[in-house]
Amino acid sequence: MARTPLPGSSREGSAARAGKPRLAVWKFASCDGCQLSLLDCEDELLAVAGALDIAYFPEASRAMVKGPYDLSLVEGSITTPHDAERIHHVRRVSRTLVTIGACATAGGIQALRNFQDVKKLVAIVYASPAYITTLGKSTPIADHVPVDFELRGCPIDKRQLLEVVGAFLRGRRPNTPSHSVCMECKLRGAVCVMVARGTPCLGPVTHAGCGAICPAYQRGCYACFGPMETANTASLAAWWGGLGVAEEDIGRAFRGFNAYADAFRKESEAHAR
Amino acid sequence: MPGRTIRVGTLARVEGEGSLYVRIRDGAVADVKLKIFEPPRFFEAFLRGRHFAEAPDITARICGICPVAYQMSAIHAMEDACGAAVAGQLRALRRLFYCGEWIGSHALHVYLLHAPDFLGYADAIQMAKDHPEIVRRGLQLKKAGNEIVACLGGREIHPISARVGGFYKVPARQDLRGLEERLRWAREAALETVRWAAGLPCPEFERDYEFVALRHPEEYPMNEGRIASSKGLDIAARDYDQHFVEEHVAHSSALHSVMRGRGAYCVGPLARYNLNYDRLSPLAQAAAREAGIAGGCRNPFRSIVVRSVEILYACDEALRLIAAYEPPDPPAVVVRPRAGTGHGCTEAPRGILYHRYRLDERGTILDAKIVPPTSQNQRTIEDDLRQCVSESLALPEDGLVARCEQAIRNHDPCISCATHFLRLRVERR
Repeated sequence: MARTPLPGSSREGSAARAGKPRLAVWKFASCDGCQLSLLDCEDELLAVAGALDIAYFPEASRAMVKGPYDLSLVEGSITTPHDAERIHHVRRVSRTLVTIGACATAGGIQALRNFQDVKKLVAIVYASPAYITTLGKSTPIADHVPVDFELRGCPIDKRQLLEVVGAFLRGRRPNTPSHSVCMECKLRGAVCVMVARGTPCLGPVTHAGCGAICPAYQRGCYACFGPMETANTASLAAWWGGLGVAEEDIGRAFRGFNAYADAFRKESEAHAR
Repeated sequence: MPGRTIRVGTLARVEGEGSLYVRIRDGAVADVKLKIFEPPRFFEAFLRGRHFAEAPDITARICGICPVAYQMSAIHAMEDACGAAVAGQLRALRRLFYCGEWIGSHALHVYLLHAPDFLGYADAIQMAKDHPEIVRRGLQLKKAGNEIVACLGGREIHPISARVGGFYKVPARQDLRGLEERLRWAREAALETVRWAAGLPCPEFERDYEFVALRHPEEYPMNEGRIASSKGLDIAARDYDQHFVEEHVAHSSALHSVMRGRGAYCVGPLARYNLNYDRLSPLAQAAAREAGIAGGCRNPFRSIVVRSVEILYACDEALRLIAAYEPPDPPAVVVRPRAGTGHGCTEAPRGILYHRYRLDERGTILDAKIVPPTSQNQRTIEDDLRQCVSESLALPEDGLVARCEQAIRNHDPCISCATHFLRLRVERR
């Protein structure tokens, strides 16, 4: 889709008019946790509100200023015909569009439907399936409109969110490393749970960003941040097999919050009978 | 009264997406619908076929505001299904974890979502321009709660350490000691919060609710207890389905819960407080007395005071638990799967959260049922609105709309939980 700048949506136009860049926060299918990350910046929230005009953020404010917006943070995945339309509106009124979290970036946990017949799922949960309108797949925002930057995580890391907002304010690219959780684990000085304890860990194929929390808590990484670039999932799966993990359990490990991200989808399908 | 129609776009300062429709005809309320059109995500369906140990982390993703509650209800249900018992310091740590979530979630609601209604601001950021110290206090209180969750669980949202049987890793004593200084500050700040909240201008409004909450022999309820009501219900969690039923209505993607043969009921801080005042710490009781609610509170607009009392209690309780802490070893008991059904009901910040799972002998989930607090309160919120609108017809349009929004926020609805965008529309004819 071609991005059509709206009158007044250029940096000079809106910033000059409003004095401060305007921020919007949008929600699609999600748990609200990623947008809550902004409110969880307890020490920085008032400073952020000083640097930006929080023009549209329904979870936090009744004041809903019409667009265009300089920066839109988009949480959630597309799962309904209405949302598939609404995201185009969001793109049209946003100069920069950043997706926040695994739902917006990979379809989220609700993308587990993509591997099944959604009609069956509706019938399991709802007594009157006719009342429910839903799409057969849960898809990331980039499948629908051009996205300027994707912030990973289930949930996102609030320090990374501040980095993205800060980078936007200064007109530079955010500094969010794309290496694996393994690198963060070494930087943290945590002992490798896979080598030392034989605990299956998705750290070698998982995008950095969390700070390697799980290994530091003596648990294997479960890939909240989705696949890193050029993840060698097949090799890791073979290592897991060597640790005695059953084929179906390996497949299921890739069917988590980022199940519909390409690398994980393919690997899980390789283990499905 | 001349016919008129009021419409508000998206109802703000609630978690998730819904809308409200109120029709007024000849000066009386003809219809109230709290519509929830948050897209359904089908958790109960895709839990089928997952391993029982995965349920806490998967169900946490239902709600970014109360992930600990989902983890706790799922864990208790699995332990119930497998016949495991967790006691001593592991049990105490779960309670401390919950204190953290209550403080964080309640401080968010009291200061950032609810208080602007009482003081006439669009949001807490606008409020901070006139009341910077108050908003800062709220944010720091919220932080105190989040610090507990992050210490035990690695991060504030979707923490990673809780598991069936206990924790992956438990904190060292000095880790928890590190929380004490801020918590002592938070306890004082919570006391000031109760006094401040009690002084906020508040509409006169009361209803004869049937309150439903957990009741524990010794403790203010969090993880355990029987399900009790203000009108005589007293059942074990495993009997939940015999007494409560979920209904699917056309205007909502959330299921409404009602008590069989009795209808709407109210869960959450008001219910917990009214049923368990005697289980509060002396400090929290004294603050409630000073706030004038020691004899009970049936005004949902005063729930902001009750939530503040619960913040105070949770700070007090967290400090008590930390003082008595000895690191448990091992950090988790071994839980072996077996075929059967397990039930878990714990007190999420917004009220009782019920989970039920049926497992096969290998621990594969065959069937799951989850009833979040907001689905249980939805009927009650609609009933509140019906009465509130009838009593507020003399208000100007924008005042009436604001009053309706406030009446919804009284119950801190978490629409993401109930699966399910608040758009407010009042139609008068």
